[in-house]
Amino acid sequence: MRQEYITMLEAGFAVDEASLYLDTHPDDDEALKYFMCMKKQYVKARKEYSEKFGPVTLEDVEGGCWSWTKSPMPWEGGSC
Amino acid sequence: MWNYEKRLQYPVNITKTDAKMAQIIISQFGGPDGELAASMRYLSQRYTMPYREIAGLLTDIGTEELAHLEMICTIIYQLTKNLSEEEIVASGFDKYYVDHTLALWPQAAGGIPFNACEFQSKGDAITDLVEDLAAEQKARSTYDNILRLIKDPEVCDPIRFLREREIVHFQRFGEGLRRVQEDLDPKNFYFYNPEFDRNPRR
Repeated sequence: MRQEYITMLEAGFAVDEASLYLDTHPDDDEALKYFMCMKKQYVKARKEYSEKFGPVTLEDVEGGCWSWTKSPMPWEGGSC
Repeated sequence: MWNYEKRLQYPVNITKTDAKMAQIIISQFGGPDGELAASMRYLSQRYTMPYREIAGLLTDIGTEELAHLEMICTIIYQLTKNLSEEEIVASGFDKYYVDHTLALWPQAAGGIPFNACEFQSKGDAITDLVEDLAAEQKARSTYDNILRLIKDPEVCDPIRFLREREIVHFQRFGEGLRRVQEDLDPKNFYFYNPEFDRNPRR
């Protein structure tokens, strides 16, 4: 599996986990700091992955050609 | 509205097909304690939930369940990819195959189709949150049962991740329930239903 994919998934998971925690602990400043930090890392990792292997969200689509449907779907497996 | 992220929440890469295992794991797609029921339960309950932070929690967990649905479907898809006619008959997959070929269709392992009666949206904050707590435990038990039957580490790994998420969601729903009980009359929080009774006598 590509390292860029793993890095993106790790940061993305940290965002998911922190957001659920914050839903029930909205006043935890430390958790909020962690959420903001991981959100930044996720956006960066997603951008790096997208530039090499294709867009992950419509936000990542660049002009030039319609790349959204060119890269494999997540269930296709292999090295995505 | 929702936006799609073209990635899984956790990686799934299964290189060996096993149609027998797929027929068991499909219960977590369309079975009584599966991810489809989980997602629809939370996303249906949230509209009348009078506590904004719990409506938010239902939205976020309901959304994560959709990502789990995608992981389960990916596991089934990869376990049944390019099966031969001989493999389909030998594994007992023929009864599913005759109606769906190799496509994904939400059903329980026993062949019972997905049914909205598998979850509730009751319109009572305490009732719904207790149902949600039970749902997470039932899903965790189902994953425990699956893990007793699977040997392939490529399948066990994402199943273990999904099992752990049930435990985290159980924890968060428990915190949500405590929040509701603290807000209501602590001596009798069944005195009124915050989703329906408008003039509580406290």
